[in-house]
Amino acid sequence: MTIKSDTPPVQELSPRRITHNKAEKRAPWLLLTPFLVIFLITFIGPIVYAIVQSFTRVQRLGLFGENGRTVQFAGLDNYVQALGNSAFIASIWRMLLFGVVQVPLMIALAVVLAVILESASVRWPGLFRTMFFLPYGVPGVIASILWSFLYVPGLSPIVDLLTALGFAPDFLGETTVLWSIANIVTWSYTGYNMLIIIAQLKAIPTEIYEASRIDGAGAFRTFFNIQLPLIRPAITLTVVFSIIGTLQLFAEPQVLRKVSSSIDTQYTPNMASYTSAFTNNDFNVAAAQAVLIALTAAVLSFTFLRLTNGKESDR
Amino acid sequence: MTTTDEQQTTLVTVAPTAAAPPRDSSKRQPTPAARAKKILITAILLVAAVYFLLPIYWVIIASTKSTPDLFGSNGFLFANPQLWTNIADTLAYNNGIFVRWLGNSLLYSGVGAVGATLFAAMGGYAVAKYKFKGKELVFGTVLAGVLIPATATAIPLYLLFSWAGLGNTYWSVLVPTLVSPFGFYLSRIYAETAVPDSLLEAARLDGAGEIKIFFTIGLRLMTPALVTVFLFQVVGVWNNYLLPLVMLADERLYPLTLGMTTWQAGQDRDAGLFALTVTGSLLSIIPLMIAMVIMQRFWRGGLTEGATK
Repeated sequence: MTIKSDTPPVQELSPRRITHNKAEKRAPWLLLTPFLVIFLITFIGPIVYAIVQSFTRVQRLGLFGENGRTVQFAGLDNYVQALGNSAFIASIWRMLLFGVVQVPLMIALAVVLAVILESASVRWPGLFRTMFFLPYGVPGVIASILWSFLYVPGLSPIVDLLTALGFAPDFLGETTVLWSIANIVTWSYTGYNMLIIIAQLKAIPTEIYEASRIDGAGAFRTFFNIQLPLIRPAITLTVVFSIIGTLQLFAEPQVLRKVSSSIDTQYTPNMASYTSAFTNNDFNVAAAQAVLIALTAAVLSFTFLRLTNGKESDR
Repeated sequence: MTTTDEQQTTLVTVAPTAAAPPRDSSKRQPTPAARAKKILITAILLVAAVYFLLPIYWVIIASTKSTPDLFGSNGFLFANPQLWTNIADTLAYNNGIFVRWLGNSLLYSGVGAVGATLFAAMGGYAVAKYKFKGKELVFGTVLAGVLIPATATAIPLYLLFSWAGLGNTYWSVLVPTLVSPFGFYLSRIYAETAVPDSLLEAARLDGAGEIKIFFTIGLRLMTPALVTVFLFQVVGVWNNYLLPLVMLADERLYPLTLGMTTWQAGQDRDAGLFALTVTGSLLSIIPLMIAMVIMQRFWRGGLTEGATK
């Protein structure tokens, strides 16, 4: 900070200083190279490739494509096809419904647990924190396998218990299976979101609590007037990540498909894209679908950020 | 880390009591209302704990059972425990393919996380500690990468790797895990405050090269944040499913997640796979359970320091 490397004072232009400046100019790029190369290959490259693919089509020459293939510009045809597929559109609406219910529930649960664990009167906060965070370490696939065992009649002690009590739950039915997936996602990520919120709670200076306590504020007022406004950035962050995660849902429904006939191959947008690519062998439509998923995620995230920032400036 | 946290929490409790008016000294002699509140809070936490531990408890019990007992006995209680038989069966099935999958998962997440952490540290440090043209463009582009759904890139990645002749190889899963935009972001934020410019300048005057300065000073001072980045990447790669599913056709290259789903899918044909899937699931979450316990201690330290400054 004190010494500007690119404009050194004249008297310092010793040969040694000059080589140093050269090295200082080169160094950041040397250090950035490995990251940027892989970032280009695995992020920028695929994104550009997907966009190009989504605007082209492969034409097979001859009856069975025996005379080779040509790639043509297809305009918006792939997008028209993707958006004309009612199952794909239905999968997006399904995820919106899922997100509108599951994300607020999960974040609310994470906030409540975080605030309770950070309040003074809790016993064994470290132990509880660890237990709540544990599911984050269970891969989504394994979590889904475990919960699927807890959903399947005949195997599940929960179904047995509820049946014995007179309820006959069907966790894998057409209307219920979406919420069974929501349960798996909530189980997996609540503790993770809770830790992000705890990190922000810990950053609140002690004096603020003190002042509020002197003012005679109870736990509820402290929560709504002090903690909630101050942890808003963390809540915003977790909501945005959850929105993106919801639209990407793949592993959980894919695993539950093996035990529930209510989940088809286009149940979520990502499953639809996967099916286009590997079942229908139509990588161009799959690419268009992937672009649409990313765009939807971006639009929703930015809308949410806009809404929350708007509120802030109103104050 | 934990001690300072605990000290802080104690401060919160102690300070207000000292400052509060006498009528508010409910801390020393809990009123019935305060006691009721405490019981309620503990009850909420216990219910939450039961919820979060339930599937894990179930899988521990279930992994001691034979397939007939899985269906025939109460899922929450032991019945003819035979954990070691199940473990031996799991490890031996199909010429020990499970051990191979475990090794692959360790390879993917170990190599992937070490590489991703190092590269993210180098990049984040470069953006934090040097002035150069295009710096904010680089940072902005990488930051956008955090928000790109990973699954949106999986299928195009497959096409690119197949085109390069690298589909269905270890490389096809390893290379994409070597990059962590989140790690890059965290490294920059952390390096800005944790690595003082004066120290770098002093090293320069001593004649140390820029790269050497990074490896001797930068890397060391950034360690708390890098532990966080590393553990996150381990978890991320270990849990990855779509990328290997898309990339790999050869069963011997599978990570555990993919392997377990093939067993789950095979249960209709081979009922013995029920018990193997359950035991395999338990074995595949143990390494990460341990990592979680370590991580939640380190992690908050790293993140809080980055967030508050």
